[in-house]
Amino acid sequence: MTPALSIRNVTKRFPGVTALDCVSFDLLPGTVTALVGENGAGKSTIVKILTGIYTPDDGQVLVEDAPARFASPKDAWGAGIAAIHQETVMFDELSVAENVFMGHMPGGRLIDRAAMVARTEALLTRIDADFGASVLLKNLSVAQKHMVEVARALSHKARVVIMDEPTAALSRHEIGELFTLVARLRAEGRAILFISHKFDEIFRISDRWVCLRDGKLAGQGLTAEVTEPELVRLMVGRPVDQVFPKRQISLGEVVLEVDGLSNATEFADLSFDLRRGEILGFYGLVGAGRSEAMQCLFGLTRPTRGTVRRDGRPLTIRKPADAIAAGFAYVPEDRQHQGAALSLGIRENTTLASLAAHVKGWFLSAGSERRETRMLGERLDVRAATWETAVGNLSGGNQQKVVIAKWLATRPRVVILDEPTKGIDVGSKAAVHDFIGELAEEGLAVILVTSELPEAMGLADRLLVMHEGRIVARFTRGDWSAEAIVAAATGAGDKAA
Amino acid sequence: MTWVLRHREMALALLIAAMVVAVATYAPAFAAPASLLGVLNDTAFLFMLAVGQTMVLLTRGIDLSVAANLALTGMLVALVGQYGPDLPGPVYLVLAAVIGAGLGLVIGGLIGGLGIPPIVVSLGALAIYRGLIVVIGGGDQVNASEMGAGFQAFPKVALFGLTSPVWIAVAIALAAQVFLTRSRTGRSLYAVGGNPVAARYCGVSVERIEVLVYVLSGAIAGICGYLWVARYGVAYSEIALGYELTVIAACVIGGVSIGGGVGTVPGALLGALFLGVVVNALPTMQVSPFWQMAVAGAVILGAVVLNARAEAQSGKLILPEARRT
Repeated sequence: MTPALSIRNVTKRFPGVTALDCVSFDLLPGTVTALVGENGAGKSTIVKILTGIYTPDDGQVLVEDAPARFASPKDAWGAGIAAIHQETVMFDELSVAENVFMGHMPGGRLIDRAAMVARTEALLTRIDADFGASVLLKNLSVAQKHMVEVARALSHKARVVIMDEPTAALSRHEIGELFTLVARLRAEGRAILFISHKFDEIFRISDRWVCLRDGKLAGQGLTAEVTEPELVRLMVGRPVDQVFPKRQISLGEVVLEVDGLSNATEFADLSFDLRRGEILGFYGLVGAGRSEAMQCLFGLTRPTRGTVRRDGRPLTIRKPADAIAAGFAYVPEDRQHQGAALSLGIRENTTLASLAAHVKGWFLSAGSERRETRMLGERLDVRAATWETAVGNLSGGNQQKVVIAKWLATRPRVVILDEPTKGIDVGSKAAVHDFIGELAEEGLAVILVTSELPEAMGLADRLLVMHEGRIVARFTRGDWSAEAIVAAATGAGDKAA
Repeated sequence: MTWVLRHREMALALLIAAMVVAVATYAPAFAAPASLLGVLNDTAFLFMLAVGQTMVLLTRGIDLSVAANLALTGMLVALVGQYGPDLPGPVYLVLAAVIGAGLGLVIGGLIGGLGIPPIVVSLGALAIYRGLIVVIGGGDQVNASEMGAGFQAFPKVALFGLTSPVWIAVAIALAAQVFLTRSRTGRSLYAVGGNPVAARYCGVSVERIEVLVYVLSGAIAGICGYLWVARYGVAYSEIALGYELTVIAACVIGGVSIGGGVGTVPGALLGALFLGVVVNALPTMQVSPFWQMAVAGAVILGAVVLNARAEAQSGKLILPEARRT
């Protein structure tokens, strides 16, 4: 059987990281192929290459054995490759028909509305949709929007349909409907690439599987011939305990006690404590509610329930300024949106959260700011031409170091690091890891939110695993296994106690 | 030379100097000291308003109501001058600053407090303020003959050939420079515009900063309102009509980013001076009055394009993905 799509030795490098390293696999017509792998294994890079957003540095993509080059998303559509994303990217204020035919509307200079609506209705009938072609997209549910995306794929006569975590926002019933649709697409002979973190879905819907790990192909085969533990082992697949030498730190007294922290939708009943010198890991899949919980702890959102105590005394945190005053520091996940002010210099960024310390008399003292910036910058090994260089001109790793410097400048007691090494190069990563150990050694209490298993297992003293807004498992160093942690995070079973 | 080009202010200053020299070779009278001082006297309002607008732009805001605020405050103080006792100029100045700040507080409250987009709020306020001038003035204008001597004399007081509005502009610019570079709150303006989310994470009250900048911008507009009305001897609804766009153009030419977080007081002043020189040079070069507006517009566009290119060359690619798709 001729593969609908083949990926041959595809390599994609970004500054400092190789996102995909010589990856090859085929998608066969009439087959659902599940693509599995940890966060950062290269799954989304594959999707972006297949949809023409990235071009591979090396290797090629074949469409029915003919080499293809996708310089833009339009080329990918033209080759019959359609992608359905976890959050639908469409036009809320336009009708279903307009969404389906956006970019290739029937007619010449003027749109042939009648033909467009008729063809959309025909497509909707084919997939058993329960809504019409003239409904505005904003009036549809997420599941219905997925159906519109499928109709859009069909309108392109797509041979290959990529579904990137399509069930993330769906209810159980809606997932059932989606799977019926997937079965129908398969019966029509289309090749489907199905990306999901949920093992039950993978085993329910897929015929074949492909596993990526650290940008490399870790394995592939028939779904009927693999077991869940085997897949988990392939995803994790390395002796993670040796990656970072853990510093030996004796733990001090309890600094922070959180009891029953909940908010309306994103997390519930979080209880944990934290000691001086301790690194407490929060592991989980993207969307498990970890960042939301940390933002709440830092006063960016209000909890509906729960208490927070520092040194045994209850705290009332209404806004970030309260949290900063209470000795909290929060290094957020999304540097560009939440961390650094890119147009400002390293000095301005470093002192932003602790400006009061630099007021001499009536005015800010640039000299005092420079001393602090130099001290922290040298300690964190920030590489820049001068301390006045705009942070936007630094590499990702150096930007992250500046954000960390900003929070150290507040002389915190509890440091919350949210995905501190996300998207930074390998060298900076090691420096950040080393530094996290140093912080703990100095007696700070550290909360480490991470989606990278080696990082979690390498640094944390204790590890809390969150799944769908709750802490589902608690592990202590030495008493854990990668398989058990991943199983808990994916909600695969109750092996973890 | 590269150092000069890297510093936008220096490059702009050189450009202005070159322009003065070029105009002077064509029309030598333009370079006479009295003529150059005249340019500064004429540009005083633009200096002040550009400084106020810079503070707003720094926070990713925009204040389209400044010229309307100027006209409304001008009308209000003119009415006080007409019906009240003849007070000394500085009293009117303070009164105008308070009225202007109040008008700024209205839009600052809507923008910072309720989170309505600045362009919508200030555009609405522009129409309301212009409309109110007609209402409170009963549709009439206040003429020079109806203003007291003290009211009118102040903007004409001169020192070293420069009238009081220029000196007030200098004072405002110095205060703003110290505020923006040496105070915590001033630094927060850059943080709010550079990255509002990060600023919030750092404990900065973004809402309070937003209210503050519109109040400051309003106070400056109010001061200009009194000085403008007293200097030209007339208050009516169409004073400084459309001037807010000139003010914003001056800021942009001076390197203040509409996107927030980038800009300096010296830059804004040079941007204003650039426009002041252009506007004053065109008549001396015997450019037909019919063409003057179009030529000024073309020069503004040219300066902005040059600025944008200089920005692009610095090689900042913050979101490579956003540019691809």
